[in-house]
Amino acid sequence: MQGSGSVGLVTPQTAVFDTPIALSSGVVLPHYQLVYETYGTLNAEKSNAILICHALSGHHHVAGRYKETDKAAGWWDNMVGPGKPIDTNRFFVIGLNNLGGCHGSTGPSSIDPATGKPYGSSFPLVLVRDWVETQARLADQLGIYRFAAIIGGSLGGMQALRWTISYPERVRHALVIASAPKLTAQNIAFNDVARQAILTDPDFHGGDYYAHNTVPRRGLRLARMLGHITYLSDDGMGEKFGRLLRSGEYLYGYDVEFEIESYLRYQGDKFSDYFDANTYLLMTKALDYFDPARHYDGDLTEALRQAVAKFLVVSFTSDWRFSPARSREIVKALLDARKEVSYAEIESRHGHDAFLMEDAPYINIMRAYLNRVAAEINA
Amino acid sequence: MSAVHSHSSHSQHKDLRADLRNVADWIPADSNVLDLGCADGALLHWLATNKRVRGYGVEIDVDGVTACVQHGVNVIQSDLESGLGTFEDGSFDFVVLSLTIQAMHNIENILNEMLRVGRTGIVTFPNFGFWENRWQLALGRMPVSETIPYEWYNTPNIHLCTVYDFGRLLNKLGMHATGQVVMHQNARIHVLPNLRGSLALMRFEKN
Repeated sequence: MQGSGSVGLVTPQTAVFDTPIALSSGVVLPHYQLVYETYGTLNAEKSNAILICHALSGHHHVAGRYKETDKAAGWWDNMVGPGKPIDTNRFFVIGLNNLGGCHGSTGPSSIDPATGKPYGSSFPLVLVRDWVETQARLADQLGIYRFAAIIGGSLGGMQALRWTISYPERVRHALVIASAPKLTAQNIAFNDVARQAILTDPDFHGGDYYAHNTVPRRGLRLARMLGHITYLSDDGMGEKFGRLLRSGEYLYGYDVEFEIESYLRYQGDKFSDYFDANTYLLMTKALDYFDPARHYDGDLTEALRQAVAKFLVVSFTSDWRFSPARSREIVKALLDARKEVSYAEIESRHGHDAFLMEDAPYINIMRAYLNRVAAEINA
Repeated sequence: MSAVHSHSSHSQHKDLRADLRNVADWIPADSNVLDLGCADGALLHWLATNKRVRGYGVEIDVDGVTACVQHGVNVIQSDLESGLGTFEDGSFDFVVLSLTIQAMHNIENILNEMLRVGRTGIVTFPNFGFWENRWQLALGRMPVSETIPYEWYNTPNIHLCTVYDFGRLLNKLGMHATGQVVMHQNARIHVLPNLRGSLALMRFEKN
Protein backbone atom coordinates (compact mmCIF):
# COMPACT_ATOMS: atom_id res chain seq x y z
CA MET A 1 0.00 0.00 0.00
CA GLN A 2 1.39 3.33 -1.02
CA GLY A 3 0.61 7.00 -0.83
CA SER A 4 -1.40 6.75 2.34
CA GLY A 5 -1.57 10.43 3.15
CA SER A 6 -3.85 12.19 5.56
CA VAL A 7 -6.50 14.76 4.73
CA GLY A 8 -4.85 16.79 7.50
CA LEU A 9 -6.78 19.19 9.71
CA VAL A 10 -10.51 19.31 9.14
CA THR A 11 -13.42 21.40 10.39
CA PRO A 12 -16.99 20.19 10.74
CA GLN A 13 -19.76 22.22 9.15
CA THR A 14 -23.44 22.49 9.88
CA ALA A 15 -26.33 22.45 7.42
CA VAL A 16 -29.65 23.84 8.68
CA PHE A 17 -32.94 22.65 7.22
CA ASP A 18 -36.14 24.61 7.69
CA THR A 19 -38.30 22.55 5.35
CA PRO A 20 -40.24 20.11 7.55
CA ILE A 21 -39.54 16.44 7.03
CA ALA A 22 -42.27 13.83 7.36
CA LEU A 23 -40.65 10.77 8.88
CA SER A 24 -41.69 7.18 8.24
CA SER A 25 -43.17 7.02 11.73
CA GLY A 26 -45.66 9.73 10.76
CA VAL A 27 -44.00 12.39 12.90
CA VAL A 28 -43.11 15.65 11.18
CA LEU A 29 -39.89 17.33 12.25
CA PRO A 30 -40.27 21.04 11.41
CA HIS A 31 -36.56 21.81 11.35
CA TYR A 32 -33.28 20.08 12.02
CA GLN A 33 -29.59 20.38 11.38
CA LEU A 34 -26.96 17.98 10.12
CA VAL A 35 -23.28 18.24 10.93
CA TYR A 36 -20.88 17.09 8.23
CA GLU A 37 -17.30 17.19 7.00
CA THR A 38 -15.91 17.23 3.49
CA TYR A 39 -12.53 16.22 2.11
CA GLY A 40 -11.14 16.89 -1.35
CA THR A 41 -12.59 19.24 -3.94
CA LEU A 42 -15.90 19.09 -5.76
CA ASN A 43 -15.15 19.28 -9.49
CA ALA A 44 -16.84 21.71 -11.87
CA GLU A 45 -19.28 19.05 -13.12
CA LYS A 46 -20.06 18.12 -9.50
CA SER A 47 -19.65 14.51 -10.53
CA ASN A 48 -16.95 13.35 -8.13
CA ALA A 49 -18.84 13.35 -4.84
CA ILE A 50 -18.78 10.32 -2.56
CA LEU A 51 -21.07 10.01 0.43
CA ILE A 52 -19.89 7.97 3.41
CA CYS A 53 -22.74 6.59 5.52
CA HIS A 54 -21.87 5.73 9.08
CA ALA A 55 -22.75 2.66 11.14
CA LEU A 56 -24.35 2.32 14.57
CA SER A 57 -21.96 4.44 16.60
CA GLY A 58 -20.33 6.39 13.79
CA HIS A 59 -20.44 10.05 12.90
CA HIS A 60 -19.29 12.73 10.47
CA HIS A 61 -15.63 12.70 11.50
CA VAL A 62 -14.50 10.18 8.89
CA ALA A 63 -10.93 11.30 8.26
CA GLY A 64 -8.25 13.70 9.42
CA ARG A 65 -7.85 15.47 12.74
CA TYR A 66 -9.31 18.58 14.33
CA LYS A 67 -5.98 19.60 15.77
CA GLU A 68 -2.45 18.29 15.44
CA THR A 69 -2.53 16.89 18.95
CA ASP A 70 -5.66 14.73 18.45
CA LYS A 71 -4.72 11.21 19.43
CA ALA A 72 -7.10 9.55 17.02
CA ALA A 73 -7.98 10.45 13.45
CA GLY A 74 -11.45 10.05 11.93
CA TRP A 75 -13.04 6.59 12.09
CA TRP A 76 -12.23 5.62 8.47
CA ASP A 77 -8.93 7.44 8.12
CA ASN A 78 -7.29 4.26 6.78
CA MET A 79 -9.70 4.30 3.82
CA VAL A 80 -10.15 8.00 3.11
CA GLY A 81 -7.34 10.39 2.19
CA PRO A 82 -4.95 11.40 -0.56
CA GLY A 83 -3.72 8.22 -2.27
CA LYS A 84 -5.97 6.02 -0.19
CA PRO A 85 -8.70 3.82 -1.72
CA ILE A 86 -11.28 6.59 -1.32
CA ASP A 87 -8.80 9.04 -2.79
CA THR A 88 -9.42 12.66 -1.81
CA ASN A 89 -7.16 13.78 -4.66
CA ARG A 90 -9.85 12.53 -7.02
CA PHE A 91 -13.07 12.52 -5.04
CA PHE A 92 -15.02 15.03 -2.97
CA VAL A 93 -15.89 12.99 0.10
CA ILE A 94 -18.72 13.81 2.50
CA GLY A 95 -19.20 12.35 5.94
CA LEU A 96 -22.21 13.32 8.02
CA ASN A 97 -23.76 12.58 11.36
CA ASN A 98 -27.19 11.13 10.80
CA LEU A 99 -30.41 12.62 12.09
CA GLY A 100 -30.95 11.33 15.61
CA GLY A 101 -27.22 11.25 16.25
CA CYS A 102 -25.36 12.72 19.18
CA HIS A 103 -22.40 14.37 17.51
CA GLY A 104 -23.97 17.65 16.44
CA SER A 105 -26.85 16.66 14.18
CA THR A 106 -30.32 17.09 15.61
CA GLY A 107 -31.07 14.19 17.93
CA PRO A 108 -32.63 13.25 21.26
CA SER A 109 -30.00 15.20 23.19
CA SER A 110 -30.51 18.39 21.14
CA ILE A 111 -32.61 21.26 22.45
CA ASP A 112 -36.15 21.24 21.07
CA PRO A 113 -36.77 24.89 20.09
CA ALA A 114 -40.44 24.43 20.96
CA THR A 115 -39.72 23.67 24.62
CA GLY A 116 -36.21 24.92 25.19
CA LYS A 117 -35.36 21.49 26.63
CA PRO A 118 -33.70 18.41 25.17
CA TYR A 119 -36.04 16.32 23.00
CA GLY A 120 -35.35 13.21 25.07
CA SER A 121 -38.19 10.74 24.85
CA SER A 122 -40.12 12.99 22.46
CA PHE A 123 -37.57 12.57 19.67
CA PRO A 124 -39.15 10.45 16.92
CA LEU A 125 -37.77 7.14 15.70
CA VAL A 126 -35.91 7.48 12.43
CA LEU A 127 -35.64 4.84 9.73
CA VAL A 128 -32.88 4.24 7.22
CA ARG A 129 -35.09 5.67 4.47
CA ASP A 130 -35.52 8.85 6.54
CA TRP A 131 -31.75 9.18 6.76
CA VAL A 132 -31.51 8.78 3.02
CA GLU A 133 -34.10 11.54 2.63
CA THR A 134 -32.10 13.91 4.86
CA GLN A 135 -28.85 12.96 3.13
CA ALA A 136 -30.46 13.79 -0.21
CA ARG A 137 -31.45 17.20 1.13
CA LEU A 138 -27.88 17.77 2.28
CA ALA A 139 -26.70 16.83 -1.22
CA ASP A 140 -29.20 19.34 -2.66
CA GLN A 141 -27.75 22.05 -0.43
CA LEU A 142 -24.25 21.19 -1.60
CA GLY A 143 -25.39 21.28 -5.24
CA ILE A 144 -24.74 17.58 -5.80
CA TYR A 145 -27.29 15.69 -7.84
CA ARG A 146 -25.60 12.41 -8.61
CA PHE A 147 -23.05 10.77 -6.36
CA ALA A 148 -20.11 8.98 -7.94
CA ALA A 149 -20.48 6.52 -5.11
CA ILE A 150 -22.29 6.01 -1.84
CA ILE A 151 -20.35 3.85 0.56
CA GLY A 152 -21.15 2.33 3.91
CA GLY A 153 -20.36 -0.57 6.19
CA SER A 154 -22.91 -2.39 8.36
CA LEU A 155 -25.81 0.02 9.03
CA GLY A 156 -24.03 2.36 6.61
CA GLY A 157 -24.28 -0.28 3.89
CA MET A 158 -28.01 -0.40 4.46
CA GLN A 159 -28.17 3.33 3.72
CA ALA A 160 -26.17 2.88 0.52
CA LEU A 161 -28.55 0.09 -0.53
CA ARG A 162 -31.61 2.18 0.36
CA TRP A 163 -30.28 5.10 -1.71
CA THR A 164 -30.32 2.96 -4.85
CA ILE A 165 -34.03 2.29 -4.29
CA SER A 166 -35.14 5.72 -3.03
CA TYR A 167 -33.08 7.75 -5.50
CA PRO A 168 -31.93 5.39 -8.25
CA GLU A 169 -30.74 8.15 -10.59
CA ARG A 170 -28.64 9.83 -7.94
CA VAL A 171 -26.23 6.94 -7.32
CA ARG A 172 -23.63 5.79 -9.83
CA HIS A 173 -22.09 3.16 -7.57
CA ALA A 174 -23.14 1.69 -4.24
CA LEU A 175 -20.54 -0.02 -2.06
CA VAL A 176 -22.34 -2.17 0.47
CA ILE A 177 -19.88 -3.58 3.00
CA ALA A 178 -20.46 -6.11 5.80
CA SER A 179 -24.16 -5.43 5.60
CA ALA A 180 -27.47 -7.27 5.23
CA PRO A 181 -30.79 -6.80 3.43
CA LYS A 182 -32.55 -7.00 6.81
CA LEU A 183 -31.73 -8.21 10.29
CA THR A 184 -32.28 -11.79 11.41
CA ALA A 185 -34.20 -12.64 14.58
CA GLN A 186 -30.86 -13.28 16.28
CA ASN A 187 -29.62 -9.83 15.34
CA ILE A 188 -32.79 -8.15 16.58
CA ALA A 189 -32.42 -10.18 19.77
CA PHE A 190 -28.93 -8.80 20.38
CA ASN A 191 -30.24 -5.29 19.79
CA ASP A 192 -33.07 -5.81 22.22
CA VAL A 193 -30.80 -7.02 25.00
CA ALA A 194 -28.74 -3.88 24.45
CA ARG A 195 -31.87 -1.74 24.59
CA GLN A 196 -33.17 -3.49 27.67
CA ALA A 197 -29.88 -2.74 29.42
CA ILE A 198 -30.49 0.96 28.77
CA LEU A 199 -34.25 1.02 29.28
CA THR A 200 -34.05 -0.72 32.66
CA ASP A 201 -31.24 1.45 33.98
CA PRO A 202 -32.75 3.47 36.89
CA ASP A 203 -30.98 6.52 35.50
CA PHE A 204 -32.87 6.28 32.20
CA HIS A 205 -35.93 8.17 33.48
CA GLY A 206 -38.05 7.19 30.49
CA GLY A 207 -35.53 8.80 28.16
CA ASP A 208 -35.62 12.21 29.87
CA TYR A 209 -32.51 11.72 31.94
CA TYR A 210 -31.09 15.06 30.79
CA ALA A 211 -33.53 16.84 33.13
CA HIS A 212 -32.18 14.76 35.99
CA ASN A 213 -28.59 15.66 35.20
CA THR A 214 -27.67 12.06 34.80
CA VAL A 215 -27.17 9.46 32.06
CA PRO A 216 -27.99 5.73 32.05
CA ARG A 217 -24.32 4.96 32.02
CA ARG A 218 -24.54 1.39 33.29
CA GLY A 219 -27.08 0.44 30.67
CA LEU A 220 -25.17 2.04 27.84
CA ARG A 221 -21.97 0.42 29.05
CA LEU A 222 -23.56 -3.04 29.04
CA ALA A 223 -25.08 -2.42 25.62
CA ARG A 224 -21.69 -1.52 24.22
CA MET A 225 -19.98 -4.51 25.86
CA LEU A 226 -22.52 -6.85 24.33
CA GLY A 227 -22.17 -5.16 20.97
CA HIS A 228 -18.42 -5.48 21.06
CA ILE A 229 -18.60 -9.23 21.62
CA THR A 230 -20.68 -9.57 18.48
CA TYR A 231 -18.35 -7.38 16.42
CA LEU A 232 -15.37 -9.66 17.04
CA SER A 233 -14.90 -13.25 15.97
CA ASP A 234 -14.28 -16.05 18.43
CA ASP A 235 -10.91 -16.67 16.75
CA GLY A 236 -9.96 -13.03 16.73
CA MET A 237 -10.87 -12.60 20.38
CA GLY A 238 -9.04 -15.78 21.29
CA GLU A 239 -5.99 -14.64 19.41
CA LYS A 240 -5.93 -11.23 21.03
CA PHE A 241 -6.90 -12.12 24.61
CA GLY A 242 -7.06 -15.87 25.01
CA ARG A 243 -7.42 -16.63 28.71
CA LEU A 244 -4.78 -14.11 29.70
CA LEU A 245 -5.07 -12.97 33.30
CA ARG A 246 -4.11 -9.43 34.23
CA SER A 247 -2.28 -10.45 37.41
CA GLY A 248 -1.22 -13.85 36.19
CA GLU A 249 -3.27 -15.78 38.75
CA TYR A 250 -6.82 -16.36 39.93
CA LEU A 251 -8.04 -13.83 42.50
CA TYR A 252 -11.29 -15.61 43.39
CA GLY A 253 -13.52 -12.58 43.05
CA TYR A 254 -15.60 -10.58 40.61
CA ASP A 255 -13.16 -7.84 39.78
CA VAL A 256 -11.45 -7.67 36.43
CA GLU A 257 -9.27 -10.76 36.06
CA PHE A 258 -9.23 -11.83 32.44
CA GLU A 259 -7.87 -9.45 29.84
CA ILE A 260 -11.05 -9.76 27.81
CA GLU A 261 -13.02 -8.45 30.78
CA SER A 262 -10.68 -5.52 31.06
CA TYR A 263 -10.99 -4.80 27.36
CA LEU A 264 -14.79 -4.93 27.32
CA ARG A 265 -15.16 -2.81 30.45
CA TYR A 266 -12.75 -0.25 29.05
CA GLN A 267 -14.66 -0.11 25.77
CA GLY A 268 -17.96 0.17 27.66
CA ASP A 269 -16.69 2.94 29.92
CA LYS A 270 -15.19 4.91 27.08
CA PHE A 271 -18.35 4.64 25.03
CA SER A 272 -20.70 5.61 27.84
CA ASP A 273 -18.64 8.76 28.39
CA TYR A 274 -19.47 10.25 25.02
CA PHE A 275 -22.39 8.45 23.39
CA ASP A 276 -26.01 9.32 24.04
CA ALA A 277 -28.18 6.44 25.21
CA ASN A 278 -31.26 7.67 23.34
CA THR A 279 -29.27 7.81 20.12
CA TYR A 280 -28.09 4.25 20.74
CA LEU A 281 -31.70 3.13 21.16
CA LEU A 282 -32.76 4.97 18.02
CA MET A 283 -29.91 3.58 15.90
CA THR A 284 -30.61 -0.01 16.94
CA LYS A 285 -34.29 0.41 16.05
CA ALA A 286 -33.31 1.77 12.63
CA LEU A 287 -31.31 -1.44 12.17
CA ASP A 288 -34.23 -3.62 13.27
CA TYR A 289 -36.75 -1.86 11.04
CA PHE A 290 -34.59 -1.91 7.92
CA ASP A 291 -36.21 -4.10 5.28
CA PRO A 292 -36.41 -2.49 1.85
CA ALA A 293 -38.27 -5.54 0.51
CA ARG A 294 -41.11 -4.95 2.96
CA HIS A 295 -43.13 -2.86 0.52
CA TYR A 296 -42.47 -5.37 -2.27
CA ASP A 297 -44.09 -8.43 -0.70
CA GLY A 298 -40.77 -9.32 0.87
CA ASP A 299 -39.17 -9.62 -2.57
CA LEU A 300 -35.76 -7.92 -2.48
CA THR A 301 -35.26 -8.52 -6.20
CA GLU A 302 -38.42 -6.54 -6.91
CA ALA A 303 -37.25 -3.77 -4.55
CA LEU A 304 -33.92 -3.51 -6.34
CA ARG A 305 -35.32 -3.69 -9.87
CA GLN A 306 -35.49 0.10 -10.07
CA ALA A 307 -31.85 0.55 -9.04
CA VAL A 308 -29.58 2.11 -11.64
CA ALA A 309 -26.36 1.94 -9.65
CA LYS A 310 -23.59 -0.58 -10.09
CA PHE A 311 -22.74 -2.42 -6.91
CA LEU A 312 -19.77 -3.69 -5.00
CA VAL A 313 -20.79 -5.97 -2.16
CA VAL A 314 -18.11 -7.02 0.33
CA SER A 315 -18.33 -9.41 3.28
CA PHE A 316 -15.81 -10.90 5.70
CA THR A 317 -15.47 -14.61 6.42
CA SER A 318 -15.39 -14.35 10.23
CA ASP A 319 -18.23 -11.81 10.48
CA TRP A 320 -21.09 -13.62 12.19
CA ARG A 321 -23.12 -10.54 13.08
CA PHE A 322 -23.54 -9.71 9.37
CA SER A 323 -22.35 -12.95 7.83
CA PRO A 324 -21.28 -13.50 4.21
CA ALA A 325 -24.55 -15.40 3.68
CA ARG A 326 -26.44 -12.14 4.27
CA SER A 327 -24.33 -10.31 1.71
CA ARG A 328 -24.92 -13.15 -0.75
CA GLU A 329 -28.67 -12.53 -0.36
CA ILE A 330 -28.09 -8.99 -1.60
CA VAL A 331 -25.91 -10.27 -4.43
CA LYS A 332 -28.47 -12.85 -5.49
CA ALA A 333 -31.27 -10.27 -5.51
CA LEU A 334 -29.12 -7.94 -7.62
CA LEU A 335 -28.25 -10.72 -10.05
CA ASP A 336 -31.87 -11.79 -10.33
CA ALA A 337 -32.80 -8.15 -10.97
CA ARG A 338 -30.14 -8.10 -13.73
CA LYS A 339 -28.02 -5.46 -12.04
CA GLU A 340 -24.30 -5.01 -12.33
CA VAL A 341 -22.64 -6.29 -9.20
CA SER A 342 -19.28 -7.56 -8.02
CA TYR A 343 -18.92 -9.48 -4.79
CA ALA A 344 -15.87 -10.15 -2.65
CA GLU A 345 -15.76 -12.37 0.41
CA ILE A 346 -12.64 -11.27 2.25
CA GLU A 347 -10.71 -13.71 4.40
CA SER A 348 -10.39 -12.01 7.77
CA ARG A 349 -10.25 -12.85 11.47
CA HIS A 350 -11.56 -9.48 12.54
CA GLY A 351 -15.26 -10.38 12.59
CA HIS A 352 -17.74 -7.61 11.84
CA ASP A 353 -15.13 -4.99 12.74
CA ALA A 354 -13.14 -6.09 9.68
CA PHE A 355 -14.84 -3.41 7.60
CA LEU A 356 -12.91 -0.81 9.61
CA MET A 357 -9.60 -2.67 9.46
CA GLU A 358 -6.75 -2.64 7.05
CA ASP A 359 -6.70 -6.20 5.67
CA ALA A 360 -4.71 -5.90 2.44
CA PRO A 361 -7.14 -7.81 0.15
CA TYR A 362 -9.97 -5.58 1.37
CA ILE A 363 -8.02 -2.38 0.80
CA ASN A 364 -6.93 -3.68 -2.63
CA ILE A 365 -10.43 -4.44 -3.85
CA MET A 366 -11.76 -1.11 -2.61
CA ARG A 367 -8.91 0.64 -4.40
CA ALA A 368 -9.49 -1.34 -7.60
CA TYR A 369 -13.21 -0.61 -7.61
CA LEU A 370 -12.85 3.07 -6.82
CA ASN A 371 -10.19 3.39 -9.55
CA ARG A 372 -12.90 2.28 -11.97
CA VAL A 373 -15.35 4.75 -10.50
CA ALA A 374 -12.80 7.54 -10.89
CA ALA A 375 -12.04 6.52 -14.48
CA GLU A 376 -15.76 6.58 -15.31
CA ILE A 377 -16.11 10.20 -14.26
CA ASN A 378 -12.62 11.23 -15.43
CA ALA A 379 -11.60 12.13 -11.91
CA MET B 1 -12.98 -12.08 -36.78
CA SER B 2 -12.40 -8.53 -37.86
CA ALA B 3 -10.05 -6.39 -35.84
CA VAL B 4 -11.74 -4.01 -33.48
CA HIS B 5 -9.91 -1.02 -32.13
CA SER B 6 -9.50 -0.58 -28.45
CA HIS B 7 -7.14 1.25 -26.16
CA SER B 8 -7.05 -1.41 -23.52
CA SER B 9 -4.02 -3.60 -23.17
CA HIS B 10 -6.29 -6.52 -22.43
CA SER B 11 -8.31 -6.43 -25.60
CA GLN B 12 -5.93 -7.93 -28.14
CA HIS B 13 -7.19 -11.26 -29.41
CA LYS B 14 -3.63 -12.53 -29.63
CA ASP B 15 -3.11 -11.68 -25.95
CA LEU B 16 -5.76 -14.14 -24.91
CA ARG B 17 -4.68 -17.64 -23.91
CA ALA B 18 -4.98 -20.03 -26.86
CA ASP B 19 -8.02 -21.89 -25.55
CA LEU B 20 -9.77 -18.62 -24.66
CA ARG B 21 -9.22 -17.30 -28.21
CA ASN B 22 -11.19 -20.23 -29.57
CA VAL B 23 -13.82 -19.86 -26.87
CA ALA B 24 -14.15 -16.19 -27.82
CA ASP B 25 -14.66 -17.19 -31.47
CA TRP B 26 -17.60 -19.37 -30.44
CA ILE B 27 -19.41 -16.56 -28.67
CA PRO B 28 -21.49 -14.25 -30.85
CA ALA B 29 -21.76 -10.51 -30.23
CA ASP B 30 -24.23 -9.25 -27.62
CA SER B 31 -24.41 -12.55 -25.74
CA ASN B 32 -24.78 -13.00 -22.01
CA VAL B 33 -21.81 -14.97 -20.72
CA LEU B 34 -20.95 -16.54 -17.38
CA ASP B 35 -17.26 -17.38 -17.04
CA LEU B 36 -16.58 -19.89 -14.26
CA GLY B 37 -13.10 -19.74 -12.78
CA CYS B 38 -12.55 -16.52 -14.72
CA ALA B 39 -9.16 -15.69 -13.10
CA ASP B 40 -8.32 -12.06 -13.96
CA GLY B 41 -11.34 -11.70 -16.24
CA ALA B 42 -9.31 -11.55 -19.47
CA LEU B 43 -11.92 -13.42 -21.56
CA LEU B 44 -14.88 -11.37 -20.34
CA HIS B 45 -12.95 -8.15 -20.73
CA TRP B 46 -12.05 -9.04 -24.29
CA LEU B 47 -15.62 -10.06 -25.08
CA ALA B 48 -17.04 -6.90 -23.51
CA THR B 49 -14.62 -4.69 -25.42
CA ASN B 50 -14.90 -6.43 -28.78
CA LYS B 51 -18.31 -8.08 -28.88
CA ARG B 52 -20.42 -6.00 -26.51
CA VAL B 53 -20.86 -9.14 -24.43
CA ARG B 54 -22.38 -8.67 -20.98
CA GLY B 55 -21.39 -11.11 -18.35
CA TYR B 56 -20.20 -12.23 -15.01
CA GLY B 57 -17.16 -14.01 -13.80
CA VAL B 58 -16.98 -16.40 -10.88
CA GLU B 59 -13.64 -16.70 -9.16
CA ILE B 60 -12.54 -18.14 -5.82
CA ASP B 61 -9.20 -16.35 -5.50
CA VAL B 62 -9.34 -12.82 -4.12
CA ASP B 63 -6.46 -11.60 -6.28
CA GLY B 64 -8.37 -12.76 -9.35
CA VAL B 65 -11.46 -11.00 -8.07
CA THR B 66 -9.48 -7.79 -7.57
CA ALA B 67 -7.99 -8.06 -11.08
CA CYS B 68 -11.50 -8.48 -12.53
CA VAL B 69 -12.70 -5.42 -10.67
CA GLN B 70 -9.68 -3.52 -11.95
CA HIS B 71 -10.64 -4.52 -15.52
CA GLY B 72 -14.24 -3.51 -14.97
CA VAL B 73 -15.45 -7.11 -15.16
CA ASN B 74 -18.37 -8.02 -12.89
CA VAL B 75 -17.21 -10.86 -10.69
CA ILE B 76 -18.69 -12.93 -7.90
CA GLN B 77 -16.24 -14.45 -5.43
CA SER B 78 -17.44 -17.98 -4.87
CA ASP B 79 -16.41 -21.62 -4.79
CA LEU B 80 -17.71 -23.47 -7.85
CA GLU B 81 -17.90 -26.66 -5.84
CA SER B 82 -20.82 -25.15 -3.93
CA GLY B 83 -22.79 -24.85 -7.15
CA LEU B 84 -24.23 -21.89 -9.01
CA GLY B 85 -27.14 -21.26 -6.66
CA THR B 86 -26.63 -17.50 -6.95
CA PHE B 87 -27.72 -17.61 -10.59
CA GLU B 88 -31.26 -18.10 -11.86
CA ASP B 89 -32.24 -20.73 -14.42
CA GLY B 90 -31.54 -19.68 -17.97
CA SER B 91 -29.83 -16.38 -17.15
CA PHE B 92 -27.01 -16.81 -19.66
CA ASP B 93 -26.52 -17.68 -23.32
CA PHE B 94 -23.10 -19.20 -22.66
CA VAL B 95 -21.45 -20.65 -19.58
CA VAL B 96 -17.70 -21.13 -19.85
CA LEU B 97 -15.49 -23.31 -17.68
CA SER B 98 -11.92 -23.15 -18.88
CA LEU B 99 -9.09 -25.36 -17.64
CA THR B 100 -10.80 -25.84 -14.30
CA ILE B 101 -12.97 -28.92 -14.56
CA GLN B 102 -10.03 -31.30 -14.15
CA ALA B 103 -9.47 -29.93 -10.63
CA MET B 104 -13.10 -30.11 -9.52
CA HIS B 105 -14.72 -32.73 -7.30
CA ASN B 106 -18.27 -32.92 -8.56
CA ILE B 107 -18.07 -32.90 -12.35
CA GLU B 108 -21.61 -34.06 -13.07
CA ASN B 109 -23.04 -31.40 -10.79
CA ILE B 110 -21.15 -28.54 -12.40
CA LEU B 111 -22.09 -29.64 -15.93
CA ASN B 112 -25.75 -29.88 -14.93
CA GLU B 113 -25.51 -26.50 -13.24
CA MET B 114 -23.91 -24.96 -16.34
CA LEU B 115 -26.86 -25.98 -18.49
CA ARG B 116 -29.33 -25.00 -15.81
CA VAL B 117 -28.16 -21.36 -15.75
CA GLY B 118 -27.19 -21.22 -19.42
CA ARG B 119 -28.21 -22.51 -22.82
CA THR B 120 -24.79 -23.51 -24.13
CA GLY B 121 -21.83 -24.77 -22.14
CA ILE B 122 -18.19 -24.48 -23.13
CA VAL B 123 -15.58 -26.53 -21.29
CA THR B 124 -11.87 -26.56 -21.99
CA PHE B 125 -9.61 -29.20 -20.47
CA PRO B 126 -6.24 -30.90 -20.93
CA ASN B 127 -6.66 -34.01 -23.07
CA PHE B 128 -5.26 -36.98 -21.18
CA GLY B 129 -5.42 -39.00 -24.40
CA PHE B 130 -2.61 -36.88 -25.89
CA TRP B 131 0.12 -39.24 -27.19
CA GLU B 132 2.85 -37.84 -24.94
CA ASN B 133 0.75 -38.71 -21.91
CA ARG B 134 0.07 -42.19 -23.25
CA TRP B 135 3.77 -42.66 -24.01
CA GLN B 136 4.88 -41.65 -20.53
CA LEU B 137 2.34 -44.05 -19.04
CA ALA B 138 3.65 -46.77 -21.34
CA LEU B 139 7.11 -46.07 -19.93
CA GLY B 140 5.66 -46.53 -16.47
CA ARG B 141 5.41 -42.94 -15.23
CA MET B 142 2.60 -40.50 -14.57
CA PRO B 143 2.51 -38.04 -17.43
CA VAL B 144 3.89 -34.53 -17.12
CA SER B 145 3.27 -32.43 -20.20
CA GLU B 146 2.59 -28.89 -21.35
CA THR B 147 -1.09 -28.95 -20.42
CA ILE B 148 -0.61 -31.20 -17.38
CA PRO B 149 2.51 -29.65 -15.93
CA TYR B 150 2.37 -31.19 -12.45
CA GLU B 151 3.98 -34.17 -10.77
CA TRP B 152 1.55 -36.75 -9.43
CA TYR B 153 2.26 -35.71 -5.84
CA ASN B 154 1.55 -32.01 -6.23
CA THR B 155 -1.11 -31.89 -8.90
CA PRO B 156 -4.42 -30.13 -8.24
CA ASN B 157 -5.88 -32.23 -11.06
CA ILE B 158 -8.10 -35.02 -9.79
CA HIS B 159 -10.41 -35.68 -12.73
CA LEU B 160 -8.40 -35.94 -15.91
CA CYS B 161 -10.14 -37.33 -18.99
CA THR B 162 -9.78 -37.75 -22.73
CA VAL B 163 -11.78 -36.07 -25.47
CA TYR B 164 -13.59 -39.38 -25.92
CA ASP B 165 -14.40 -39.69 -22.18
CA PHE B 166 -15.86 -36.21 -22.04
CA GLY B 167 -18.21 -36.96 -24.92
CA ARG B 168 -19.40 -40.10 -23.15
CA LEU B 169 -20.17 -38.13 -19.96
CA LEU B 170 -22.19 -35.61 -21.98
CA ASN B 171 -24.27 -38.49 -23.35
CA LYS B 172 -24.84 -39.87 -19.89
CA LEU B 173 -26.08 -36.46 -18.69
CA GLY B 174 -28.48 -36.03 -21.61
CA MET B 175 -26.27 -33.51 -23.35
CA HIS B 176 -24.47 -33.47 -26.67
CA ALA B 177 -21.51 -31.66 -28.17
CA THR B 178 -22.33 -28.92 -30.65
CA GLY B 179 -18.72 -28.08 -31.32
CA GLN B 180 -15.29 -29.49 -30.65
CA VAL B 181 -11.84 -27.99 -31.08
CA VAL B 182 -8.71 -29.93 -30.18
CA MET B 183 -5.40 -28.14 -30.19
CA HIS B 184 -1.73 -28.60 -29.56
CA GLN B 185 0.62 -25.67 -29.07
CA ASN B 186 -1.89 -23.17 -30.43
CA ALA B 187 -2.49 -25.17 -33.63
CA ARG B 188 -5.78 -26.89 -34.33
CA ILE B 189 -5.60 -30.69 -34.70
CA HIS B 190 -7.99 -32.19 -37.24
CA VAL B 191 -6.57 -35.67 -37.72
CA LEU B 192 -6.66 -38.08 -34.76
CA PRO B 193 -7.43 -35.28 -32.29
CA ASN B 194 -7.73 -37.52 -29.21
CA LEU B 195 -4.20 -38.75 -29.85
CA ARG B 196 -2.48 -35.66 -31.23
CA GLY B 197 -4.18 -32.85 -29.27
CA SER B 198 -3.19 -31.76 -25.77
CA LEU B 199 -6.00 -29.25 -25.18
CA ALA B 200 -9.70 -29.78 -25.85
CA LEU B 201 -12.60 -27.35 -26.13
CA MET B 202 -16.12 -28.72 -26.11
CA ARG B 203 -19.30 -26.79 -26.74
CA PHE B 204 -22.44 -28.57 -25.63
CA GLU B 205 -26.17 -28.27 -25.04
CA LYS B 206 -29.01 -30.30 -23.61
CA ASN B 207 -30.51 -32.96 -25.86
